[in-house]
Amino acid sequence: MMKLNPNVPEGSIAEKWSNHKFSMKLVNPANKRKFDIIVVGTGLAGASACATLGELGYKVKAFTYHDSPRRAHSIAAQGGINAAKNYQNDADSVYRLFYDTVKGGDFRSREANVYRLAEVSNNIIDQCVAQGVPFAREYGGTLANRSFGGAQVSRTFYARGETGQQLLLGAYGSLNRQIHLGNVEMYNRREMLDLVLVDGVAKGIVVRNLLTGELERHSAQAVVLATGGYVNVFFLSTNAMNSNATASWRAHKRGAAFANPCYTQIHPTCLPVHGEAQSKLVLMSESLRNDGRIWVSKKVDDKRTANQIPEEERDYYLERRYPAFGNLVPRDVASRNAKYVCDEGRGVKGGRAVYLDFSDAFNRIGKDGVKDRYGNLFDMYQNITGEDPYEVPMMIYPAPHYSMGGLWVDYNLMSNIPGLFVLGEANFSDHGANRLGASALMQGLADGYFVIPYTIGNYLATAKPEKVDPDSTEFKATEKNVQEDIKKLLSVNGKQTVDEIHKKLGMILIDKVGMSREEKGLSQAIKDIKELREEFWTDVKVVGKGEELNQTLERASRVADFLELGELMAKDALNRNESCGGHFREEYQTPEGEALRRDDEYAYVAAWEYIKPGEWNLEKENLEFTNVKLATRSYK
Amino acid sequence: MSDNHLTLKLKIWRQENRNAKGYFEEFNQKVSPESSILEMLDEVNNLLEAQGKTPIAFESDCREGICGTCGLVVGGRPHGPLSKTATCQLHMRNFKDHETLYIEPFRAAAFPIIKDLIVDRSGLDKIQQAGGYTSFNTGSAPDANAVLISKEKADLALDAAECIGCGACVAACKNSSAVLFVGAKVSQFALLPQGQPERYERVEAMVKAMDDNFFGSCTNTYACEAECPQGISVSNIARLNSDYLKANLVSSVTHQDVK
Ligand SMILES: Cc1cc2nc3c(=O)[nH]c(=O)nc-3n(C[C@H](O)[C@H](O)[C@H](O)COP(=O)(O)OP(=O)(O)OC[C@H]3O[C@@H](n4cnc5c(N)ncnc54)[C@H](O)[C@@H]3O)c2cc1C
Ligand code: SF4
Ligand code: FES
Repeated sequence: MMKLNPNVPEGSIAEKWSNHKFSMKLVNPANKRKFDIIVVGTGLAGASACATLGELGYKVKAFTYHDSPRRAHSIAAQGGINAAKNYQNDADSVYRLFYDTVKGGDFRSREANVYRLAEVSNNIIDQCVAQGVPFAREYGGTLANRSFGGAQVSRTFYARGETGQQLLLGAYGSLNRQIHLGNVEMYNRREMLDLVLVDGVAKGIVVRNLLTGELERHSAQAVVLATGGYVNVFFLSTNAMNSNATASWRAHKRGAAFANPCYTQIHPTCLPVHGEAQSKLVLMSESLRNDGRIWVSKKVDDKRTANQIPEEERDYYLERRYPAFGNLVPRDVASRNAKYVCDEGRGVKGGRAVYLDFSDAFNRIGKDGVKDRYGNLFDMYQNITGEDPYEVPMMIYPAPHYSMGGLWVDYNLMSNIPGLFVLGEANFSDHGANRLGASALMQGLADGYFVIPYTIGNYLATAKPEKVDPDSTEFKATEKNVQEDIKKLLSVNGKQTVDEIHKKLGMILIDKVGMSREEKGLSQAIKDIKELREEFWTDVKVVGKGEELNQTLERASRVADFLELGELMAKDALNRNESCGGHFREEYQTPEGEALRRDDEYAYVAAWEYIKPGEWNLEKENLEFTNVKLATRSYK
Repeated sequence: MSDNHLTLKLKIWRQENRNAKGYFEEFNQKVSPESSILEMLDEVNNLLEAQGKTPIAFESDCREGICGTCGLVVGGRPHGPLSKTATCQLHMRNFKDHETLYIEPFRAAAFPIIKDLIVDRSGLDKIQQAGGYTSFNTGSAPDANAVLISKEKADLALDAAECIGCGACVAACKNSSAVLFVGAKVSQFALLPQGQPERYERVEAMVKAMDDNFFGSCTNTYACEAECPQGISVSNIARLNSDYLKANLVSSVTHQDVK
């Protein structure tokens, strides 16, 4: 049985991090060079960690499956990054950011972690500006802010619609400096396929060189995973094509607890699916909801075009159901309602899309006014769909976007495996059951620049982990396992392509473990996924060899893990007999149809321990809310 | 969401590895006009895989024009016929039924072919490692509003910083020069107060790394700007050149001082 100790420091919420920083053991500067640290992933979380650990003098080995660290999925983030600077003098504060994040997460995150996140948020902006990140500015030369995702204060910093790119390139620059100075050794085009444990402690990884297919063993005194989220389990999502769960999942199978896998975020404003060949879904910035009105026809299976449907036959369903917030309800509420109207057959031409209409905004501020605010988004829409959104309303539909769940970590961001740390979207820690807009970038950089540099030092100074020879039996045995898994994949030689099976998995998940879930559907999903996994292992076709560049094999090995993770997501959703944040159970709703949390029974983190394929043991970390009072979200 | 399809004749570059001889393989492919060109390649690959044949190796990730991973020469032009559009954003409705389409990798001395449509662009990283940053350590930054930057300067810096590192400029250039890519980074920092302390060392180091990594020199043909998916302006090259000249002056003066 695994042990979960959140290791939250003593003291009031505002003092915990300071107290902890003071009481942590330090590594003598002269000794830092003697410690090797492996960092897997070079997105915001990984690149910032590598840079800072390198600066401190540790010997860092960094890994990514991309051809360059700059390609990480973080590059695609659009909207912005939050911080509690209160530059707008609108009564923002560390406490308010903390409060909003706990409440936004529907009271399913750990208060102490969230407070620290809010506390270091301001340092992140300072750091990025010093790196030369060209954030948006006011005419007077100060930094500009906007309000994002329904927040009541303007705390979001941004760089046009490319905030993720600019932040990642800043971190990439700092990482490059450390590579140049010889403190970080960069391994591109390497995919981590297993974690090596020696006496239960993380000591290294096995990676596959994606150009040659060669397996390599890398040893270190601590391993950091910053490998991103897992919503590509749905096949179609807003994540980059290669985003996957393999690093986390293999660590999970070595003993790391997986927490809250059912908490996934489905983003309301994405482009609808265009057809069978669709490979991914494109996010349209949420800011569009500030001026666009969402509607569908009142009639079922209405084949008329938008402009043929008269005003009185349109149903502005969000405005109707949520008069106070209207089109600005939180992401989960907006997404779920789009699903409902499409389920009723009232989506665009009876299909799975709803209108996002700017006619009112055109009348109010003119087409030029709209162009000023959203010009690049309108262009992007036209480029992709071939339709002119200045003439016909946009069509949107929700898409899987972000995973709040992930590997369980304690306050130090260490998993239950000593020496294994998890940062960024890959961990479960800060967003509870729902993530607020512009908070993922903040969390990735908080973890990498300002948390891990302290907490990993404490681990190294306290546990004094020894170096292990990568030729030792543990390393060789792990490599052999990986070798055998690859052989197994290549030897099935069935009839279905990897994508075909992945698409089937996606259909099961989006249908039964997506925006709304219920007991029967979840039990069915578990059964269906088990069967699909069988199908995969008897009927998948993976062409080519292991000892070469083989993209089919790369995908197959990721899908094999998704087929296990998908089952755990359904199992976790079935276990959680309540609705909270992104997890909505049909059986648990208020008479008005809103999410019904059950704090007395479910105010806990569900941390799953892997036993064998299809079998897990559930451990609970109870959550206490001593600073933010438990309350029901209401957007009526 | 239409049912009409296009039928295209595809001629796609196949090459086993860096040293193997390459050739065009021909495919007749039916494709939805709503698909992107990469989704079309996905479909070709799924058919190949179903037949037990080796799929075409090509790279992509974000498919939103921001990560810089994709990058194909389509119809003879890096990133295809549309301006300011990355390969992944190129939709099939831009092509005509029964058109013949050549799809090739980026070609440049600095970008050796790895397999089929995948090339090695690690030279671009090496240039950035030589100086594409400000040298300061985490934790030592002053308050973000301590230094004011005019909106105009910040916008210009962002125009330059939008480069996605795809390398199309190199592939478009008859000399395989990377000056647009380098100019973009150098300009971003040259425009900002944070970039001033190392302004001249940076430009020297990055230009040297460019030369060391088999990128050619610039002869002002500006093919790069025409193919850049981000519309990075050649004015950034002018800024690079001017800073480089100044850097030479500065360093010859300091060297004399040392003597
Ligand atoms: C379209 C879009 C827009 C978004 N906009 C916003 C926004 O405006 N604001 C906001 O706060 N958040 C936004 N998000 C969310 C945010 O971008 C992500 O949550 C965040 O960037 C994740 O960063 P990360 O460092 O944890 O992981 P990633 O950036 O996903 O990086 C993962 C890294 O791990 C590597 N890796 C993974 N597995 C392996 C392996 N097995 N072996 C080797 N390497 C591996 C990858 O190569 C990569 O380098 C957006 C997300 C999307 C999809
Ligand atoms: S300058 Fe343009 S073409 Fe060159 S790498 Fe940057 S984005 Fe690509
Ligand atoms: S795949 Fe990212 S830019 Fe094309």
